[in-house]
Amino acid sequence: MLKFAILQLSDPVVAEDAVQEALAGALKNVSTFAGQAAIKTWVFAILKNKIIDTIRQRQKLAQLAPLVSFDGEADDVDTLFDRRGIWKAQNRPTDWGTPEDNVLGRDFWRVFDACLNHLPAQQGKVFMMREFMDMATADICVDAGVSVSNLNVLLHRARLRLRNCLEKHWFQGEKRAC
Amino acid sequence: MLNCWSATKLASDSLDRKLTLVERMRLGTHLAMCPACRRFSRQAADLRQLSRHYCSVPDDLSRPSETDSER
Repeated sequence: MLKFAILQLSDPVVAEDAVQEALAGALKNVSTFAGQAAIKTWVFAILKNKIIDTIRQRQKLAQLAPLVSFDGEADDVDTLFDRRGIWKAQNRPTDWGTPEDNVLGRDFWRVFDACLNHLPAQQGKVFMMREFMDMATADICVDAGVSVSNLNVLLHRARLRLRNCLEKHWFQGEKRAC
Repeated sequence: MLNCWSATKLASDSLDRKLTLVERMRLGTHLAMCPACRRFSRQAADLRQLSRHYCSVPDDLSRPSETDSER
């Protein structure tokens, strides 16, 4: 949770506050919480709202922290394709079968976590805003300081990279095909 | 003809915005012929599912120190 908050807020101190407040809020309202199984999801939902609040507040103060920069940007997703923009043989997506959420264990999530952390900072940030927090395009663009088309480019790259990383480190594990 | 780079871009975009009719046709044509991009397209959607699920994964795999923040 903390890592998640840090990635979103790019400030460990603010992130820690947000997590702490989310947990405190959850404890205080624990009586309103019904099911046991989804407690983590519930706390996460509270945290997400906290983070979005914090981001919005930041926007209002026009105190936009310097962007997490486009990272050395020798972006290796380009090397997945040849000059004509066709998949190189060794990078062609292979079949994952059906990655059923519930059968993927702890080890998988560890790999997932690592791959996520390997995304260039800005790609990771917008990817999480979109896919974890389900934020609206407009909000993401304002917070990340990018245009809509730029956002689409970042998400495309993040998906290519994350997909490739998972395939290389998880799905391809045993069957080193061609 | 769309190349794989552009096809994966459109497939990715389709998760975030509505494609135009022309884009949909061009993507559809490419996917019909390219199994690799079909897989990319499916897996990009899988990534979304996995991401949503990630938030509800038991936490101990990432950071043991979180309990501190409960005071």
